[in-house]
Order: sequence, then C-alpha cells, then structure tokens
Amino acid sequence: MPSIRQNPHPDSLPDFRNLGVVARALVAVNLLGLAVALASEPAWTRALDAFVQSTVLIEPPLLACLAVLYATAPLVGRLPYWSGCALVVALALALAAATQAALGQFADAGRGRVLLFAAVSATTVLAYLTLHRRAYSPALAEARLQALQARIRPHFLFNSLNAVLALIRKDPRRAERTLEDLADLFRALISDGRNLVRLADEIALIERYAAIEQLRLGERLRMSWELDHAPVDALLPPLLLQPLLENAVYHGVEPGTGIGDVLVRIERRGDRVRMQVENPAHAVGGAGEVSVRAGNHMALDNIRERLMLFFDAEAKLDTRIENGRYRVEIDIPYRTGRA
Amino acid sequence: MSAAATELLVFIADDEAPARARLKELLADLRGEVATSVAGEAANGLEVIERLPASGAQVLLLDIQMPGMGGIELARHLSGLESGPAIVFVTAHNRHAVEAFELNALDYLMKPVRAERLAAALKKARATGPARKERLERAASGAREFFSVAERNRIVLVPVGEVLYLKAELKYVTLRTSAGEHLIEEPLISIEREFAERFVRVHRNCLVARAAIRGFERVAGAEEEEPHWNVVLEGLAERLPVSRRQWPAVKSVLPETKE
Repeated sequence: MPSIRQNPHPDSLPDFRNLGVVARALVAVNLLGLAVALASEPAWTRALDAFVQSTVLIEPPLLACLAVLYATAPLVGRLPYWSGCALVVALALALAAATQAALGQFADAGRGRVLLFAAVSATTVLAYLTLHRRAYSPALAEARLQALQARIRPHFLFNSLNAVLALIRKDPRRAERTLEDLADLFRALISDGRNLVRLADEIALIERYAAIEQLRLGERLRMSWELDHAPVDALLPPLLLQPLLENAVYHGVEPGTGIGDVLVRIERRGDRVRMQVENPAHAVGGAGEVSVRAGNHMALDNIRERLMLFFDAEAKLDTRIENGRYRVEIDIPYRTGRA
Repeated sequence: MSAAATELLVFIADDEAPARARLKELLADLRGEVATSVAGEAANGLEVIERLPASGAQVLLLDIQMPGMGGIELARHLSGLESGPAIVFVTAHNRHAVEAFELNALDYLMKPVRAERLAAALKKARATGPARKERLERAASGAREFFSVAERNRIVLVPVGEVLYLKAELKYVTLRTSAGEHLIEEPLISIEREFAERFVRVHRNCLVARAAIRGFERVAGAEEEEPHWNVVLEGLAERLPVSRRQWPAVKSVLPETKE
C-alpha cells in the first residue's frame, strides 16, 4: 500500500496481512463468544465453563480463516467490496461447518448454532473493521496527516537564514549551496505528506538538513552515519527522520558547550527496517530553557500518530536513555514498491 | 574628547560563529552612523562572565539562547557589576516564544537582525545605560543556577547546587559551600522565594539546602537557653540551630526523624 489515499472506492476489504486487523478480529470474535456464553448462562462460573467449552468450536475455524485470508490477501484484496465480504463469510461458514463435523462431539452445540455464530462473527468483524477504516478513512486520515505534517522549528529557519547572511560576503558559493539545501528542505516540508517516500530520498533530505546545522554549529556538531545496511528502496512516511535529527540537535547539541555526537543508524533486519538516532542526553535546561526546550514530546507524538496512520500496529517507536545517550528507535515493516 | 573615546565598545555573545560574524559585519556597516568597536566575543554564558567585565564593554549584544547559562540569568549576574554594560537581547525565536521567555518586558532584536534596528538599539542602549536589576528579575522565568558575587572587575559564580546554607548577617548574606564562604548582597527572603524547592528555612536568619541535611541533634539548653534542635549538614562540622517556630517544617525534610 504505497499511499494512504489509495482507494477511490468508499469501502474496501481490510488488509488481512496487517497485524492490527488480525488482532482486532481475534479479540472481537472471542468477545462475541463470551457474550453468547454469558447470554445463555447467567451465572458467571457456568458461563465461563460454557465459553471455555465453546472455544473448541470457535478457535480452529477462526485461526484457519485468518490463516487462509493471510495467505490469499493479495487475491482477496482485488475483489470488489461486497463480493469480498461474501467470500469471507462463506469461508467462515465452511470452516465452521468442517470444524463442527470433526470436533462436534466435544462441545454441546448443534450445527445450526455453530453456523449462525460463524456468520454473525464474520459479519460483525467485517462491519467493525469497515467502520474502523472509515474512522481512519482516506479523507479523515488525509486531514489528520495534513494537520500532523512535520513542522520545522522557526528557530531553525531564522538561525539558518542568519548563518547564510553571514556567508554571503565571505563565501558566496557556500551561501548558495546552503540556500539550495534550505530550498530542498522546505520543498519536502510543504509537499504532500500522504505519500510514502523512498528511504534514499529521506536520507538525502536529512543529509542536507545536517549540512545546514553543521554550518550553524561548526565543530560542536559531530555527525556519524551508519547507513551501509540501509535498504534504500524501503518505503516510509515522509519526514520521519528529519524531526528526529532536528530534536537530536536541538536537545542534544545546542544546550551543550562542548562537542555533541549525533549518530544516525539505519539497517534492514529481515522484513523490518530499524532506524535509530542518538544524541547526548542533557538534563532539561536551567532557568528560562524549560519552557522552550520542552517541545520534544510533541514531535515524537506526531511521528507516533503518523506511523499509526500508515502502519497501524506494525510500527514501533521507542525512546531510551542509556549511558548518557538519548536514543530514538523506529521500527517499521520493510516494504518496497512504487512511491 | 578624542574620536576613539566616542566609540561605543560592543561585546558580542552568541554560540553560533556565523551569527557573531554577521553582527560584526553589521557593526562595520554602521560605522558612519554609530561608531563602535568590538571589545570581545564569547560563545557561551560562562565565557561572557569570564571575559566581559575586564573588556570595558558598554553594550552587550546577547543571544538569549546560549548553552551553559540562559541569557536572562547572565544579564542578572552582569547587573551586579559597578559599570555593567547595557544589554541588547537577540533571539531567533518568534514573538510567541519570546513571551515564553517573559522577555517582552525587555528590549530585544530578532534574528536575522536588520542594520537599522541594530543602529536604533545601540543608540538607545547608549542613552539608557545598563538594564535595571529589578526589571531583569521580573523577566526571569525560573530559579537561577548560580549565585554571583560581583567584584570590581570580576564576577565570581557559585553554583546554587554547591551551597550548603545561607545566613543573613546585617547587610549581607553569607553563602557557605564545602569549599568556603562568599558574601552576597541579596535579601534572604527573596532567595527563599526563588529557591523554595531547594532550601528550607531553619531559623529567622538561615536557609539550609534540603539535600545536604543529614540529621538533627538535640541540644540540652545550658542555663537560661532553652533546649533546641541543631541541624547536621553533609561535610560540615558546624551545627546550625533550628528555631522552635521552624522545627515542624524542618523535621519533615527527613521523614525518618523522630522526636
């Protein structure tokens, strides 16, 4: 899914290879089973017994159904919405019937009840996932993504312009290069935040950003890059790394009087892409600093939400402080395709 | 007066080298309008404290956001100098962020600085002189990190974290650290207010660092003196009396203490 606004169709089938979709289906069907047990046996303990017993007939078809859908996701995904739904319900019915035939003697439920439960479960889960998708519908998600569009700190813009002004007389060529870098950065900032970009492009962007910071901060900023194993064809939301690097400089290098080491490490690990940015950890500044420096979580929350919109539960963002170093780590599924 | 004497001595403080270079260019451009010469430069607050007093600078162009020490705190320490500089604050932040600094009470220039604005600020600074201490205190948004002792041509900084106790004596307050003593000219009451989280009042004339309190000793009153408690501080042989009035508040600093 190279873009978040992919479907002209109002509704589409869920992505059955998405961890969030699978997890939601599992939880929803089991909750339904519990509800049925509670409805038939008002006493708690007996209801739980009934539920445990019924799992014999619920789990095998549920897991089988999810496994089949996982395997055939690309094919099923191509079907029109309603045919797809019908197919999913039929699959659930067939698997439930097969299970009842094989394991029926272990549970106290007739074929009719099992099939009814399978049909209701499949329909409910599909309806729930469709509603969930609508809540994150392309239009809404687009609006949210636009609102979440990464913003560069004005502080950075004005300090950079100031640095360029200082270069114009002494080193006009470097001033030109820096303005070109700034232009690229701002082009990326005002570009469409809804399409995935190639990792190679994001790396080029943060290298330009780092060049500008280097000009401002001189030897106080020491950048290291570990990009040899970076999967440059991986797709990721735009401006995912730039805010992390900006945070690293703002919180890790600017408040210190000495040299600040900032490390960017990107590598592929199997079907995952791991991106880390590290900087020296400073205690949040002294008087007058706190109010302005305390913007860190906003940027991280913003990235977290964008990761959620693009990857649902399949992306992770962690932060930790270790040996005086602050590290942000983003872990996303390795996907390639048309950007 | 000679021509050199009318030159305004300007000190430039900014942690970014290009920003300092830019200000020097602008000052050179303005030479016809406001004659200046650069008395010194610094890249962080501590360097300013070290270099400015001896430089004789009349005006300080001060970036608010520098590592080591915030611009406002720096200005407060400088205001203790006998002939301190007038200060022109410079910031890359927008108006909104400036309000967060509570700096709107003071004059400031926004980066990138325009030559006309700089010239106006220099003229104004020359006319009005050093910033008033009270005004700076009002602009400060948090507790300082240092106490400062201004000598004639020098400022000695004492990190607040190193102070074990403060004792008021007549006009002065004595700062006691494990290394020695310093005298500062500040009312104890305003120090108590500024550092309420760090120091606790043990006596009418004495504040003690909460973190340094190791325990209390009961002193049996000799003759007419009433029995009272003394506070024991980390790394200090001296004992400080706790007044009866302060005792309830002080003993709660160490929760395990029992009467």
